[in-house]
Amino acid sequence: MSTTYYDVQLLKPPVWTWEVPVYFFVGGAAGGAAIIGSIAEWTGTSGHLARDARILAAAGAPVSAALLTADLGRPARFVNMLRVFKPQSAMSVGSWTLASFSATTTGALVPALTTVAGPTSAALGAVMLTYTGVLIGATAIPVWNQNVRLLPVHFAASGVASAAALLTLMGHDDDALNDIAMGAAAAETIIGAIIETKRSAATRPLRHGPTGWVIRAGGVLSGPLPLLLRATSKRPGWRRAAGAMALVGSLLTRLGWIAAGRESAKMKG
Amino acid sequence: MRTTAFLTDSTLCIGCKACEVACKEYNDVPADGYVFTGRSYDNTLHLGHSTWRHVAFVEMDTALGVGGNAGEQITWSFVSDVCKHCEHAGCLEACPTGSIVRTDVGSVYVQPDVCNGCGYCVVGCPFGVVDRRPSDGRAFKCTFCYDRQRDGEQPACAKACPTQSILFGEIDDLRAHAQQRLDTLRSRGIDDAVFWDSGHTSVGGTHAMFIVRGDPEAYNLPANAEVPTIYLRDGWRSAAAAALIALAGTAAAFLARRTTGIG
Repeated sequence: MSTTYYDVQLLKPPVWTWEVPVYFFVGGAAGGAAIIGSIAEWTGTSGHLARDARILAAAGAPVSAALLTADLGRPARFVNMLRVFKPQSAMSVGSWTLASFSATTTGALVPALTTVAGPTSAALGAVMLTYTGVLIGATAIPVWNQNVRLLPVHFAASGVASAAALLTLMGHDDDALNDIAMGAAAAETIIGAIIETKRSAATRPLRHGPTGWVIRAGGVLSGPLPLLLRATSKRPGWRRAAGAMALVGSLLTRLGWIAAGRESAKMKG
Repeated sequence: MRTTAFLTDSTLCIGCKACEVACKEYNDVPADGYVFTGRSYDNTLHLGHSTWRHVAFVEMDTALGVGGNAGEQITWSFVSDVCKHCEHAGCLEACPTGSIVRTDVGSVYVQPDVCNGCGYCVVGCPFGVVDRRPSDGRAFKCTFCYDRQRDGEQPACAKACPTQSILFGEIDDLRAHAQQRLDTLRSRGIDDAVFWDSGHTSVGGTHAMFIVRGDPEAYNLPANAEVPTIYLRDGWRSAAAAALIALAGTAAAFLARRTTGIG
């Protein structure tokens, strides 16, 4: 037992409320949708799928911005986020990414701009998928910084899974979309296993207490369950069920990780 | 301007909390309520948005013959904690608005007219210092009395300290002074006094340095604090790999199905 000051916690817990994890969910899904939309169009697979994915991405961007603005202590000053660009601040990189992602996803809906805005929105979508992992990974919170390599991969898989899930629920039944969803679910299954087996004091909130159960529920709903459903049957109903599970799983994952950070701040490194 | 610092010497602190009061009064920091913690005489417990100086009360077993305490009594040790004003400051690096800046005296300052209360500095600080004030929405911490320093005055806490436990001055002078002080203490048989400035970690030293007796962790001064920017390289590498996999995987899925569709 190391020495402490009356067990008073040293670190401050994150002040973020529900808006931030919900933003991680919405922004991740929008990022994934931008990638699916752009690549579906590029490969000429399905015009309907490409169009719906692009609408999803363009709709997700302003919702993301609204959620982030609502979480600010001074929402009227949201524009200060674009006052400087700081590569060493993942929050600054993320703000600029979201701003340009909003512009390009909207631009991709305009026929005259699609050829330029489409691929750009896919590239920015890939940043949207992953940067949130760096955002919380590069902090003083032990459970986050000890998983800084895992988090971007985890959040990317979660974002792609939720984008594919939303498109499935919108009635799309393409085999390629199903393959993408299965790939993301497989990645989430492996990541879930890594979280369960990586045992250290810092990662305790990921396995124990209420935060552990939220993360675990999110993991099972994102990984093995939808993977199994999609692998065993081609029926649209099963695929939609898998999509609904993956969606809830992704949301729980984001909520769980932020809650785990709050727990982690209470513990010594 | 010169590069300034605090040296807070716990061996001289009498726990009067004049620094806490002077800081609150001069900087117009709001009250933080009437809380009885039962933790010695410390009802403040930690630094925060409404506490920029905090006197810790550490109770230790007596070392007989030291400090004039009778054997059955505890030894009390006090130290006035403050924002560390890190050489590599996690809050400053994290701040996306450029509100948090490095001043010409080397301190770390939150510009209240720029801060939009995003809260990222709160998780960026390895010492749990800066915090968002719920009633205001912005982040607050010790300003190192930058306004007073501009006028050639020392910070309010140092000015109010009746025992010179809080010293303010040129950082190199204070470092040299700290070594002399440790030598003096050792010559008096006080062997457990240590200097703390996080200089051996990625924080790279602090503009608030401390002399404490015993384990600095007992005063909530962590042994191995790191500036969170050290995690960025691993994070972005992983993000780049994940982004490429997501793009390539999606492309592969569509291309594979197109080929089989045609074939």
